[in-house]
Amino acid sequence: MNDRTRPDLLAPRAEKPGAPADARTATGYIGLSVPRAGARRLLQGRGTYTDDLKLPRLAHVVFFRSPYAHARIRKLDLTTAARQPGVIAAFDGRAIAEYCTPWVGVLAHLKGIKSPPQHAVAIERACWQGEAVAAIVAESRAQGEDALAHVEAEWEELPVVTDMEDALSNRSVIHPELGDNICFKRDFVTEGFEDAFAKADLVVEETYSFGRHTGVTLEGRAILADYNAGEHSLTVYQATQAPHMMQDIFSRHLNIPEANVRVICKDVGGSYGIKVHVYPDEMATAAISVMLRRPVKFLADRLESFLTDIHAREHKAKVRLACTKDGKIIGFDLDDLTGIGPYSVYPRTSGIEGNQVVNLTGGPYAHKNYRARLNVVFTNKNVTCQYRAVGHPIAVAITEGIVDLAAQKLGIDPAEFRRRNLIADDAYPYTFPSGLKFEQLSHHQCLDKLLALMDYQGLRAEQKRLREKKIYRGIGLAAMIEVTNPSPAFYGVGGARISAQDGATVRLEPTGMVTCLVSVTEQGQGTEGIFQQICATAVGVSIDKVRVITGDTGTTPYGGGTWASRGAGIGGEALLQAGKALRANILELAAAALSIDKNALDVSTDAVCDKATGETKMPLAEVGRIGYFRPDTLPLKFQAELTVTRHYTPREYGFTFTNGIQASYVELDTDTGFVKLLKHWVVEDCGTVINPMLVDEQIRGGVVQGIGGAMLEECLYSPEGQLLNGSLADYLVPMSGDTPDIEIAHVCTPTRQSELGAKGVGEAGTAGAPGAVMNAINDALAPLGARVNVQPFTPERILRALGKV
Amino acid sequence: MDEFFEATITVNGKAVTRRVQPRQHLIDFLRDELGLTGSHTACEHGVCGACTVRIDGQIRRGCLMLAVQAHGCSVDTVEGLTDSGELGALQQEFHERNALQCGFCTPGMLLTAQELVATQPDATREEIRDFMSGNLCRCTGYQSIIDAIEEVIVTRRKGAQP
Amino acid sequence: MKAAPFAYAKPGSLREAFALLERHGDRAKLLAGGQSLIAALNMRLATPSILVDLTAIPGIDGIQLRGDHLAIGALVRHREIERSELVAKHAPLLSQAAPHIAHVAIRNAGTIGGSLAMADPAAEWPACCVALEAHIVAASPKGERRIPATKFFKSLFTTALAPREIITAVEVPVAGANTRSAFLELVRRRGDYAIVGLAAHTQLERGALTRLRLVYLGVGDAPVSAAGAMEKLEGKRATPEAIAAAQAALEQDLSPAADLTHSAATKLHLARVLLGRALAALVT
Repeated sequence: MNDRTRPDLLAPRAEKPGAPADARTATGYIGLSVPRAGARRLLQGRGTYTDDLKLPRLAHVVFFRSPYAHARIRKLDLTTAARQPGVIAAFDGRAIAEYCTPWVGVLAHLKGIKSPPQHAVAIERACWQGEAVAAIVAESRAQGEDALAHVEAEWEELPVVTDMEDALSNRSVIHPELGDNICFKRDFVTEGFEDAFAKADLVVEETYSFGRHTGVTLEGRAILADYNAGEHSLTVYQATQAPHMMQDIFSRHLNIPEANVRVICKDVGGSYGIKVHVYPDEMATAAISVMLRRPVKFLADRLESFLTDIHAREHKAKVRLACTKDGKIIGFDLDDLTGIGPYSVYPRTSGIEGNQVVNLTGGPYAHKNYRARLNVVFTNKNVTCQYRAVGHPIAVAITEGIVDLAAQKLGIDPAEFRRRNLIADDAYPYTFPSGLKFEQLSHHQCLDKLLALMDYQGLRAEQKRLREKKIYRGIGLAAMIEVTNPSPAFYGVGGARISAQDGATVRLEPTGMVTCLVSVTEQGQGTEGIFQQICATAVGVSIDKVRVITGDTGTTPYGGGTWASRGAGIGGEALLQAGKALRANILELAAAALSIDKNALDVSTDAVCDKATGETKMPLAEVGRIGYFRPDTLPLKFQAELTVTRHYTPREYGFTFTNGIQASYVELDTDTGFVKLLKHWVVEDCGTVINPMLVDEQIRGGVVQGIGGAMLEECLYSPEGQLLNGSLADYLVPMSGDTPDIEIAHVCTPTRQSELGAKGVGEAGTAGAPGAVMNAINDALAPLGARVNVQPFTPERILRALGKV
Repeated sequence: MDEFFEATITVNGKAVTRRVQPRQHLIDFLRDELGLTGSHTACEHGVCGACTVRIDGQIRRGCLMLAVQAHGCSVDTVEGLTDSGELGALQQEFHERNALQCGFCTPGMLLTAQELVATQPDATREEIRDFMSGNLCRCTGYQSIIDAIEEVIVTRRKGAQP
Repeated sequence: MKAAPFAYAKPGSLREAFALLERHGDRAKLLAGGQSLIAALNMRLATPSILVDLTAIPGIDGIQLRGDHLAIGALVRHREIERSELVAKHAPLLSQAAPHIAHVAIRNAGTIGGSLAMADPAAEWPACCVALEAHIVAASPKGERRIPATKFFKSLFTTALAPREIITAVEVPVAGANTRSAFLELVRRRGDYAIVGLAAHTQLERGALTRLRLVYLGVGDAPVSAAGAMEKLEGKRATPEAIAAAQAALEQDLSPAADLTHSAATKLHLARVLLGRALAALVT
């Protein structure tokens, strides 16, 4: 069973980064695996996560949550609860609503999307188990929880809709005022589609289902809101990916001038999309801080996290693929259904995930015909929204699953079938039938590199050999495209006040140090590390001379933050341009001070030097000294500008698409239905690689989250809408004992839209892994005449496919 | 109503005496009473390992131990073991391999890894994966963590050879 | 979530502990390693008014060889059992089972007495003790009694302990030269509670299985002895036919309930697979 010890599968420990802090290349620090400086304090237990903060007179809020999936609140009496020891106040939804206006999670460019107004604390009715209906504020969290037992509530249970198809039938409508349970619908068809499918030699069809899962950030959602009545100001310490978005939202819904709202994001214990949404309990916490005029903290504990952190990925997708008998794909046909809970999440909406599935299905392949139907329906479960790789794991799995099925029917090797159909590397720019435009992708280079990396032919031979011994191994491939660096086409055009641009300010300090402030946040992905590399490179200083500040609307330029694999590509470009501008300004000052032509000067190794000889002309500390303390020594008309801000927005393409391909190698235990993941490979093209180690680690972490979805993770609900596995003991996430080693290689096609050339990479692993694992399992099952298409692939499902139970 | 108990606990080598509520688990005690915020709670039901601390020389789930139970015990946290230098080799390898991203699991990972390094100096890669399988990391995918620990073990083994 | 308030006492003797139990009755909970109890407290699934911490009571810890049995004190931690040479020599089934219990940080804390008293049907020690025909030593103000493990586990989280009784030790018969044992579990992830587990124990007499004990965990309200399967195999060699007959007999022996992701049929199927694997392990 256990083959980790087999030499050919045993990955050598990854090469240690060959880049100590003093290493540099001709292009500065770009492309070097520099360990990130900010990790040191985390390694010493000296991070500052939101829950580590304490303020004077801090109060703690806990929420009384609906025990029912759908119920009218007949009576809610908080008087006894309010009298419990340590309790400061108790509020129902109406009280909170006086300070916090409701919201509606729709976007104008998702035509027809609808959702009812949502309150921070539900007022008349709870629509999912776990929805907050009252808030108790106490001196300690424990005392608040003690008081929850004294909330007197009476409920009238309402009909519950948990099944997506049931919701689609509108048998029972969750929000009668909306008319039906359809949140969003999209129908799309290319011209000549019917004809193309009718003429196809082969049409294969399969329906794939995906379990709901959730992000399980190790640090739960966390917010500390501090309203100061004297200033009518609100300072919010929040574990968030988008501080400026939250600043705008707190301002508008709490009616505080935006300039008086400051959002500070310290260390964040994992986000993956979970912490980029507006959560009712967090909005209530901010409102309560205003109401009580004191700091209030809320932490979603693990049990609350499962009930209220956004879920994702609950899809059922029927897909058809048409092809010729010699293996040329003609087109794809998709019918996708997804259940999103009772509200479309604000402000990004819960329509985006399904929309992405429509946009991306069939994406790597050169075909002209595409039809897609999407139904996004309300259900009485927790809300769903954007979680790492948004829609990609679905689109990739169904595309790659049906591609493998077609290859199998035609008797063509899956790698060869892909080679015949992947969009040619010289076909760009390319417009995909769904309307998306690809600037430049490298599917064939990636495929070739992957097959070599994994020794595809060798593995196939081994697989064949072992099958004779009744050892069933499977090899699965999954090619993919991925949305990164989104332009305003993603949210801004739909009316959301979510910035697609980012800004960077770079300042030369009097000591010659460089401080940069960037609107992208650090969530652990290494943003601050690569910003150090970019800034040091752009300005011409050593990396240890650079300090990076992020995550504070009070100090950084305005910007979008961390989501949609945009931080490096957008924030990084803004910083590169800011750094270059600062370098130019430094040269201007030095030229003025030294009376030398600035074109003869350069900045290198923390000093202004002679461009031709490299001779040091003026250390940057001297530039700083003159600029700040002795500008009297400079020419009268010269004003030093040692702080520079630049912004960047990608606009030429709606998205900067990346591509890649993954492979999974598994062994199936046909007696138990257990699958052992032996190895995983990824070849990814994310353009310019700023820090190879960080990129690879992003991919590895992403792959394992994808594996979690494929193998373990699913939020299980009873027909009554009760979450059945809302603890870490029952909701299974991958642990070290059950994950494979992951080998990674790159193809590098920089985007020409920016000078940096970086595309996003943070979601790539998650996007492709479930499809690769599914295909590997089905490859192992194939000789037994079995197939699985419902994720996660539990022993139960595999044994049933095998006919063993 | 809460009763209080006086507990004297040696934390990172220093005896501290505090009046504690029996219901307070050790991590809340360390964080709230002593300001040792390096130990984290992430599930409070004993699954994730973010709260791993060392009690009388052995790792424990800090969320599954009451502060009162620690009366008379010696407790070591990431802060103390950083200051003593005991975690230095692991911290260095974790850093160089980026075996942490958000860092929330990291103190627990380090303490668990240190017990492995100390008690199973001949651990294979498979045994490292097994030993570490009670600590959840949602960021890294584990490989770099396993690499880092393996490196420390292999280096020590080489150093131990005559 | 934080625990509801409770009082705490740490008696220095069994007598003091009995007095506390007398005073507080059902509102008291005994605390040993706390690895299940404190999780339940933190989730407010258990709300006792007082915890009686047993760890200061002398004489109920340690592992000792006493004649024909191994006495394991109630406070012995899982990790001590895992690493004990005495246990490895005289009760190898326990050594085989120990690594399956959760993870090291939990095994450093959890105790065998606590696990037996908890009587979680998915736990390892109850099944092992039944398979080994161990005796559980329980003390009360009236004195001490030895309860056969086979009669100890009544149902879900319910044992034969009387209200004021405290487990002080478990006595395990020492293994002989022909003793063979195997402990197998099927888990989705290492350290998880098993979907199905099997503690198997036999005396191998010239290749024949004698005094065979097959005790399942995770398939019922308590450890389940597979009586029919044991009967089919008793005194026989583990031939394919005998194994198949025993696997068939499991249909009558076990009536597992479905769990969150596995149906009853799947659990029964997996129990049969484990039986085959356990027998292979016993005879090789």
